[in-house]
Amino acid sequence: MANSAPLISLRGVTKVYGEGATQFQALKGVDLDIAAGDFVAVMGPSGSGKSTTMNILGCLDVPSAGTFLFQGHHVETLDRDQRALLRRRHLGFVFQGFNLLSRTTALENVELPLLYRGDEKRARRQAAMAALEKVGLDQWWDHTPAELSGGQQQRVAIARAIVTSPDVLLADEPTGNLDSERSIEIMELLTGLNRDSNITVLMVTHEPDMAAFARTVIHFKDGLVERIEAHHRPGETPERVEAN
Amino acid sequence: MLGTTFLLALRSIRRHILRSFLTILGIVIGVGAVVTMVTLGKATTAAVQSQIAALGTNILQIRPGQGFGRGGGGPRPPDFKPEDVAAIASQIAGVTAVAPQAQASATAIYEGANWSTTINGTTAAYFQVQPWPLVNGRQWTPQEEQAGKAVCIIGNTVRQNLFRGGEAVGERFRLGDVSCDVIGLLSTRGQAGFGGDQDDVVIMPIKTVQRRFTGNRDVRLMLVGVDQAYATSTVQASITQLLRERRNITDGREDDFNIFDTKQISDTLTGTTTALTRIVAAVAAISLVVGGIGIMNIMLVSVTERTREIGIRLAIGAVAREVLLQFLVEAVALSCLGGLIGLVLAQAVIAGLTPLLQVPWTFDPRINVIAFAISAVIGVVFGYFPARRAAALNPIDALRHE
Repeated sequence: MANSAPLISLRGVTKVYGEGATQFQALKGVDLDIAAGDFVAVMGPSGSGKSTTMNILGCLDVPSAGTFLFQGHHVETLDRDQRALLRRRHLGFVFQGFNLLSRTTALENVELPLLYRGDEKRARRQAAMAALEKVGLDQWWDHTPAELSGGQQQRVAIARAIVTSPDVLLADEPTGNLDSERSIEIMELLTGLNRDSNITVLMVTHEPDMAAFARTVIHFKDGLVERIEAHHRPGETPERVEAN
Repeated sequence: MLGTTFLLALRSIRRHILRSFLTILGIVIGVGAVVTMVTLGKATTAAVQSQIAALGTNILQIRPGQGFGRGGGGPRPPDFKPEDVAAIASQIAGVTAVAPQAQASATAIYEGANWSTTINGTTAAYFQVQPWPLVNGRQWTPQEEQAGKAVCIIGNTVRQNLFRGGEAVGERFRLGDVSCDVIGLLSTRGQAGFGGDQDDVVIMPIKTVQRRFTGNRDVRLMLVGVDQAYATSTVQASITQLLRERRNITDGREDDFNIFDTKQISDTLTGTTTALTRIVAAVAAISLVVGGIGIMNIMLVSVTERTREIGIRLAIGAVAREVLLQFLVEAVALSCLGGLIGLVLAQAVIAGLTPLLQVPWTFDPRINVIAFAISAVIGVVFGYFPARRAAALNPIDALRHE
């Protein structure tokens, strides 16, 4: 285990959908610790519980039973609005389908989380431009999603996810809609953010090539964590790999 | 937070111009139709009322005969006598003045122009009973009236045709066999409510008309002015009683004269136009409802796109309340904008139609406010509730919504 308290800690987390005969147990008691600064890939066949786990980790869904500690605080007892505020302050999301607002410029898309945070216009603009610069799209700030390629759209989505300087970036198959060249660009971008901005990255993927960028790979099977592997990437000191 | 919400709502409206336009179109047309119809209806009522007011309210018209026709086929009931006029004026409470009228037709001739017109013999009381100001000249003096002088006050149609629109007062013209001085010119009244040109008339002292034209002392028609403090029906009943006695009508026989209350006509016509206004307004209100259904359709059609949008907003940390507030502001802003455009459109249509329909331009703040309020409510109801449903979704489901 880590020598300090983990960023995220799941204990005995279960998730049950439906009732009676149609009841389906998606998670059957997951125990999981994720250290701050880690880059985690979550893998597993569909129905293995990896998406359910990600939704719980993203505070989009609540466990049926078990505890979920985020920075030492219980999340499973928070209500809808409290979880929304937690997402707003600590989490960033990247989706497979990009999920940018249509007919909205890249800059305005990136600004959106700051609007909900109530930042001033000038601060918003600066932070959003800085985020676009990090993903290399500052020249494209006034383009709408329809005017951007898939890879560019995903980079705008990443800029939107990191503009609030979140603790955790949750990416749900971020390269699922992209060709391999674009996919590698996105992965390099995520790796750089993890390394330089010290953002913990949690990524669901079914592609081993993409999982290879992660430092920790968690395999799910039948609603349980099957195994956890630690990768050593070139140029990295093994001490930073703290998982397991 | 409210400022942010406004910003978000306005951005959203601006980004979806076509959707916004389609959404408000129904409201624009609905509000425009309701306001136009009700305003024009009220203007028509006002026009009818002002025409009747020109006839004079609180006036009783008394004619020999039953109702409008002669009726019966029996002998024509006799005209009234000057003594009847005096009796009504002196014996009935609530009567302000009684104007007898003797009528004749004659051809007027002036410098080669001739014009066939109606001569109306009356007394100065005629101008007390009903408002009909002179635009030029004077009324006849009591001495002239008493002596039966050949002085006359002419209507504008006579001036146009006989004097070719020139200055008529002070001129002398021939009326039948009589040489007649023009002493006054009446203001223009236009068409009467029941057809006929009210301005095609020469008004003279009744004695002059009786002596020089009709050759008898008969009074064809009496106009009775009623004091505002008295009910016209009471005065009408008293006059009926008096005239029955004076005309020796035994009990059980019907009146051989009729008394016509202009206020009754006024009330009847006003009631009719008001009823018509209500019907037209009801039809227009249906279009407002159809407009609301249009909004609902657009909102439901766009709900897929909007559900995903709500999912995105929720995922990046918006509280459901904030998302709902944004949609509420959007709906209110859209429907208020639609309502405002509708009101402006209505004013434009009203301004264009009033001269065409020959009704006065009116502005009724009440209907404007009501139509606007209804548009706002429709927009909020149909815009807000689909959004509320979407905001209640789990963000994951909202994001997955296809």
